[in-house]
Parts: sequence; C-alpha cells; structure tokens
Amino acid sequence: MSPDLVKTIFGRLTWDAIPFHEPILLGTFAMVALGGITVLAALTYFKVWGYLWREWLTSVDHKKIGVMYIILAIIMLLRGFADALMMRAQQAIAFGDAAGYLPPHHYDQVFTAHGVIMIFFVAMPLITGLMNLVVPLQIGARDVAFPFLNNFSFWMTVGGAVTVMLSLFVGEFARTGWLAYPPLSNLAYSPDVGVDYYIWSLQIAGVGTTLSGINLIVTIVKMRAPGMSLMKMPVFTWTSLCSNVLIVASFPILTAVLALLTADRYLHTNFFTNDFGGNPMMYVNLIWIWGHPEVYILVLPAFGVFSEVVSTFCGKRLFGYSSMVYATVVITILSYIVWLHHFFTMGSGASVNSFFGITTMIISIPTGAKIFNWLFTMYRGRIRFEVPMLWTVGFMVTFVIGGMTGVLLAVPPADFVLHNSLFLIAHFHNVIIGGVVFGMFAGIVYWFPKAFGFKLDPFWGKVSFWFWQIGFFFAFMPLYVLGLMGVTRRMSHFEDHSLQIWFVISAFGAVLILIGIIAFVLQMVVGYLKREQLADPTGDPWGGRTLEWSTSSPPPAYNFAFTPVIHEVDAWHDMKQRGYVRPTTGFIPIHMPKNTGAGIILAGISIVVGFAMIWHIWWLAVASFVALVGGAIAHTFNFKRDYYIPAEEVVRVEDARTEALRSLA
Amino acid sequence: MAHAQTLTEAGETRFHLTEDHHPENGTLLGFWIYLMSDCLIFAVLFACYAVLGRNYAAGPSGADLFDLPIVAVNTALLLFSSITYGFAMLSAQAKKVPATLIWLAITGLFGLGFLSLELYEFHHLIHEGAGPQRSAFLSSFFVLVGTHGLHVTFGIIWLVTLMTQVAKRGLGVEMKRRLMCLSMFWHFLDVIWIGVFSFVYLLGVLK
Amino acid sequence: MSAASHDAHHAHDAHDHGHDHDGGAHGSLKDYVIGFVLAVILTAIPFWLVMGHVLPTNQMTAIAVMGLAIIQVLVHMIYFLHMNSRSEGGWTMLALVFTLVVVVITLSGSLWVMHNLDTHMMAPMPHDMREVP
Repeated sequence: MSPDLVKTIFGRLTWDAIPFHEPILLGTFAMVALGGITVLAALTYFKVWGYLWREWLTSVDHKKIGVMYIILAIIMLLRGFADALMMRAQQAIAFGDAAGYLPPHHYDQVFTAHGVIMIFFVAMPLITGLMNLVVPLQIGARDVAFPFLNNFSFWMTVGGAVTVMLSLFVGEFARTGWLAYPPLSNLAYSPDVGVDYYIWSLQIAGVGTTLSGINLIVTIVKMRAPGMSLMKMPVFTWTSLCSNVLIVASFPILTAVLALLTADRYLHTNFFTNDFGGNPMMYVNLIWIWGHPEVYILVLPAFGVFSEVVSTFCGKRLFGYSSMVYATVVITILSYIVWLHHFFTMGSGASVNSFFGITTMIISIPTGAKIFNWLFTMYRGRIRFEVPMLWTVGFMVTFVIGGMTGVLLAVPPADFVLHNSLFLIAHFHNVIIGGVVFGMFAGIVYWFPKAFGFKLDPFWGKVSFWFWQIGFFFAFMPLYVLGLMGVTRRMSHFEDHSLQIWFVISAFGAVLILIGIIAFVLQMVVGYLKREQLADPTGDPWGGRTLEWSTSSPPPAYNFAFTPVIHEVDAWHDMKQRGYVRPTTGFIPIHMPKNTGAGIILAGISIVVGFAMIWHIWWLAVASFVALVGGAIAHTFNFKRDYYIPAEEVVRVEDARTEALRSLA
Repeated sequence: MAHAQTLTEAGETRFHLTEDHHPENGTLLGFWIYLMSDCLIFAVLFACYAVLGRNYAAGPSGADLFDLPIVAVNTALLLFSSITYGFAMLSAQAKKVPATLIWLAITGLFGLGFLSLELYEFHHLIHEGAGPQRSAFLSSFFVLVGTHGLHVTFGIIWLVTLMTQVAKRGLGVEMKRRLMCLSMFWHFLDVIWIGVFSFVYLLGVLK
Repeated sequence: MSAASHDAHHAHDAHDHGHDHDGGAHGSLKDYVIGFVLAVILTAIPFWLVMGHVLPTNQMTAIAVMGLAIIQVLVHMIYFLHMNSRSEGGWTMLALVFTLVVVVITLSGSLWVMHNLDTHMMAPMPHDMREVP
C-alpha cells in the first residue's frame, strides 16, 4: 500500500506506537492481558454474560450503577497506586550517579497519569457511586430522576477510564502534569499523542460527570418523600446536593478550557500559545476556576459521610444540623472566589494576591465549624469504634493537619517559597487522602451491608485503617520536610544525597499504604466468605437514623414498597422511636424504568470517536461521530421506557422479608 | 399538600403513603440546569474574548473585518426564528399538528438562513487571510461565534427529529415536553446571540 | 419482570397525564408579540447607535450598547423563556441566579486577574502590539 493510503486509513497510528521496547510496559501488558483473558474465560465458562448484560451493564437501577461506579474506582485505584509506588521507588534510588529505573520520558507520564487517574477516575467515581447508591434511598425515592441518563453517565466515565488505560499500550500518555498547562501541552512542545489522550479521556468522562450532576440535583429537588423539607434532608443528601451543584457549575468550564486547548492543537488557533497574542496564563486562570470547586466537589460528600457516621456511631442526633447545612452552602459559594491561590506566583501583583489569600483563609472557617460540630456530636456520646468510626476519627486528626498547612499556603509570601514544592504535594495529599479517601472508605464500609446484605470483615477493615493511617504519615510527613528544604515536585533524579533518607522513609510509607489497600480488598473477600456470619437480616445493622436503613439489605428493586412519609430530620430514628410498624398488606403495582443497552453502546462509540481523534484517523472520527449522533437520535424514538412491577411480585418480595424478620424475633 | 400527606384521614401521624406515589416530572428543570451549564461554557468563551480580543498580533481588528449589515440580517433571522418557534409552541398547546409542523419548519428555515450567512462570513474572513490562526483575537472570535453556530446546527438537527416524532405521534404530553425543551434551547441561543452581537460585533467595530 | 400486567406504553401516558401542568410555563400570543416588538426595538437601537455614530464618544456608545444588551436579555428571559420566580417552585430562578453569579465571577475575575498580570509582568512583544500596522 502507498504511504499516503496508509496514513489516510490509520492516521498517525503505526507499529511504533506499541511499546515493544519498554520492558516495564510489556510486562504490565502481559499481566493485564493474562488477567483480562482469565476473567473473560471465567465469565464465559460460568455462562454469566447474559446475567451480567441484563442485570448490571444495561441496568438503570441506581444501586447497581452506584456499585459499578465504586468497582470502577477501586480498579482504577490499583492502577493509580501502582503509579505512586513507581514514583516513590524511583525517587528513593535516583541519586547522584544512579539514574533510577525510570527514564524522565516515562517518569513524566507516570506522575501525570497518577494525578489524572486519582482525581478523575478514582475520587470522582467514588463520590458519584456513593451518591448514586445512597441518595435515592435517603430521600425515600425509587430511583433517580433520569435513570437512563444515569446509566449513560456511568458508561461515559468508564469510557474516559478506558481511554486513559489505552494510552498505556497504544502510544503514550501526557508528560505535562495532571492539569496539562500550556505552553508545554501545546503542539510546539508536546506534538505526540500524550496530551490528546489526556484531552479526550477527560472530555468523554466529563460528559458523564456533568450529566450525572444534573441528574442527582433534579433527583434531590423533585423526588424527596412527602414531608422531607429541605431542612429535614439527611446531611449526606445536603452535601451531595451542593457537590452536584458545584459539578454542574464548574465542569462546563473544564470542558470549555480543554476544548480551547484542543482548538490550539488541532486547528492551530492561538489561545494559549506564546505567539500571535495568545496567553498561556489564561489557561491556568480558567482551569483553576474549575479546579478549585473540584476540590470541594470531592470533599463535601466525604463531609456528609462523616456526619452520618458520627451521629450513627455516637447514638446521637448530629450536633448543629442547621449550622452544618449553612456551612456547606457557604463553602459551595466561597469555593468560586479562591482559585488564584493555586498560582500566586504568576505575578498578578499585591492587590490580587491579597484578595485571594484572604478569601482562602475565610473558606477555612466553615470547614472548621464542621470539625467542631463532629467533635460536639461525639462529646458525651456513646461512641462505638466500629470501622467507619475509625476512619472518621482518623480523618479528623489527619484533615486538620492538612487544613492548617493549607492556611499556611494561603499566605502569598509563604506561597512564593513553597509553590510547586513537595510541601504542596504533602498538603494536598494530606487533605485528599485524609478527607476524601478516608471519607469514601468510611462510606463504603458503612453502606456496604445496605448494598449487599452483609458487613465487611471488621478485622481486615481495622488492619486496612491502621496501615493507611500510619502509612500516610510515613509517606507524606517527609515530603513536608523536603518541601520546606526547597525540593520541587515532579523530579525524577536528585544530586544531593542528604535528601535520600527522607525519600526512603516516604517509600516505606507507600509500602504501608499498599498493605492497607490489600487489606481493604481482603475485608471484602473475607467478608464475602463469612457472609453468613456477617449477614444483616434486619436491614439496619448499625442502628441507623436515616431512611435507607428502613428497607431491607439489599433493598428490593423498587427500594420502598410504600413511599415513606417524613416528620423529623433523622426520619428512621423517629419512626423507630414512635413504634412504627412495617406494613405487610395492601401492596400495589410499582411503576419502574426499564433497562436499556443504549448507554453502553453510545459510550462505546464515544471511545471510538476519541481514539480516532487522538490518532488523526479522520474518516473514522467522522463516521463514529455520525454514528454517535444517529444512535442518540434513534434512542429518542424509543418511547417504551418503563413498566410496572405487578402487585403479586411486590407481595412475594415483601412477604419473604416479613418472614425473615419474624424468624429473627 | 405536603402537610395533608403526613397525616391520615383520621388525623393520625402516618409514616408511609398507601396510595401510588409519583414524584413530579423533572425533565424541564433538568433541561434548564443543563442550559445553565451550557451558559458557563459560553462564559468561558466570552472571558477569553474579553481578555484576548484586543490581541491582534499586528493583524486585522474587528473594525477592519466586521460587516455590520450582515450581522444585522443574521440577528433579524434569529429573532424571527424565535417568534416563529413561539407560534409553534402556541399551536402545540392548541394540539394543532399541521400548524405546529409548519411553524417548526419555518423556524428551521430561519435557522438555516442564519447558518448559511455565518458560514459565508467565516469563508470570507478565512479567504481574506483572517482565519482563526491569525491572532488570538481571531481565535477567540471564531471559536465563540462558531460554538454558537454549532449549537444552532444541533438545534436544527433536533428540530427535524422532533418534527418527525410529532408527525408520527401527535402532540401528547411527552411530545409537548420535548418541544418545550427545544423551545428553551432555541430561546437560550438567542440570548447568547445578544451577547455576541453586542459585545463582539458592535463593540468590536468601535475599537 | 418485564411481563408487566399493564401495557407499558399505555401506562406511561396515563402516568404523564396527571402531570400536564408540572412546571413548564407557557406563554400567550400576547407575550410573544410584546417580546418580539421589544426585542426588535432593543436590537435596532444599538445597531443604529454604532452604525450611525450617534453618540459623541465611543465610550458612551459602548456603555449604551451593553446596557441595552442587558435589557434585551431580560426581555428574552421574561417573554420567550417565561422566567418567573414561581416556576418549578423557584428552582429555575435559583439556578439562574447562581449561574449568573458564577458567570460574573468568571468574567470579571478573569479580566481583573489577567489585566493585573499584564500590568505587572513583561509588556507584550512588539509583534503582539495592539495596533494595526
């Protein structure tokens, strides 16, 4: 074939894009391929494809979608953490004459992928998954407002994750850091496919994130059970609402900024170039208008989890419910006027820097108020130190340290010294691990029995907690020290041997965290093996206070046979106090949405669009884009999207539960 | 209403409804929130134009390039399409299928007219050497106006889809809701265009 | 489970009919006509101001154009998008206000930050100068 024809068909995709010469990548590929083939073979052998397709992949049930989000997050956590271990290992050995085992070209991809994956494909799916699983149950709804859209959002998130993973074996990933600042990310300095993988994976996942944000807002606004006024919503629902408002009001900004970068790279426009009047700092400015709210998108739901966990395991109503709500709302708004603290050193001058320094210090006030609310809830409470509560206490200690280093960084002159140093790295890992990760882990352990009907194994849960907690301090306290000594981030090699000991300590901490992650997975495996022993037949294993604990574990497809009516903030606690009797007769048919394969198909086509754009395979890009629009239009012609669960089916399910509860008593 | 539901007919506190419960449909609210998020995409593009729009890089400026009569005609086309969409909605309320379809078709034609003029303008600019690569000013101009144009294009595709569905299914509640969503989308694009012609074109020729 | 006792399609329509009036505010012919006339006037004036060089200074023209644009946006919101504080229990209005706040922050914040940056940092290179040769 003529080279021109090959180029037309394959764009810039050639055999060189496959990393045959990189032993590390080949090894990884071999392992992934082997693992993948084993899983596929097992699925075929046990003939579960049909079940998987009907009951999970095409499901519009918010509980299953929530669970799938969390599975995606845990898988991506393993990938992101492998990147972290590689960096820690490299930095622990690459001193002086020793170059380490990762060349800079590879190392730069590793730290970029680590950041992108941890934020977009671990933290985001964790919070979206937990919100999906819990919010409809907490507000007494049967599903979300737009069940199909929910399924589509999930698969778009998966599509983004798949695109990132593809870059491991076909081509390479960006070498620009997780926010891909121009001019480095522009065509002149990153002409290869790395930044394109970055752009398209985030754009595909971003569609899913925005739509799921809209979906959950409408769900919370429109579908609350009768009697549940705004100030009677559970705190987790409140923080979810605020988090989703932030998603909808900030992800479009990311989408637009990345689209402008795309225009610079594909159409040779001059937004963020150094020539022809472009200004790279405009990119930095705009992306942080998204980036700072993103921080609160992640941490607000975690705050919600802690609020639920603290009040449940202290057996008390949450101290200062309304101040908690107001603090959340204030954070939501303030999070839009602090973005410049990410680039004080840009040089906007004293007035701009002091404004943003002050707003940053102000935003720590409502967060501090929350800490006190949790402490006062614990005060004189009957505290049960079960695993979720351990994570919560660990959070309070760790997060406060991270918060205080944050206030330190908010002082512009101090930031000029610490900007882009390892001190910053230590700070944001301190708040994101201590806040978001601990929060999501607390949430997973807390709501796991609701989703699956048995508790996680508490022994391995505690092992996981302690290794994470101690490992965190070993891994990141040395980075504070190094940062204060002036060591900058993103280095793959050092000359000064006196620094090495700190990096070795940090690498040791990373190994402890690895054990924590293994134990986290083990608590699920062991929990599954001991599921008889750990079973939760009541539906209320922890003495819960909110509505999700009033139904069975796992809940039936329709969640509640009758829509609950709410009188108090802690609705289920109130019902228990007032001697509520579960209805056993009078069941009626229940209106439910139907499963559909449209979501997974459309997301699959989106991956093809992204891949074709990345590799400049224009014919495929056009064809798949037309297919995407056509598929979406075809889906709008499907008007049969719902059905009724017949009354007999409801009676059967509810009678089984009545029987189970009776045998318990 | 909420209060009545919390008590039984006998006035006792009740903890669950015994009748079928349907939450309100959230489509219109959801679509409105989507429009708000779209509004932020345009906010970024406007911000870029505001910051970079005077960086001509020794190239042409708005005063050299913009042809206000064309913009005026374009604006008129969009305005007409807005009121014809309004008439389509009124016909839909009155359940008149043929009238609805005719008004929708007219709206679509106005939209196509708008797009053709815009493409003509773009073609003309690129032909003169004032393409999006020329300067940051032209980059932000083309991308802002072009994104609006892309929205209009999708609006027209959507309009044709809905016309097919109205012709097939008539004007049930669901179809009216879909028409209402497109109506919001269409009028929203008009609002964005007000910003474009005022801020980009009119202020652009003032220097 | 899909073997539902009701015909799904029929059931859906029946379900929808109960909620014909949930939210979507509808305009009347009068609303659309008033809106259209106002919009035409508010579009014509700024074009006239700019094309006819009516006002003495460009700055005054710019202020007038932007002022009229804001009024026209309001007209479109009220007469074409049927905005009011009651539709959807006030949530659409709340969403709009919140969005406007974010839009204002994005626009004014970017301008302020980037303007200060330009003033404090190196001046543009000669070939980036603002004037046309």
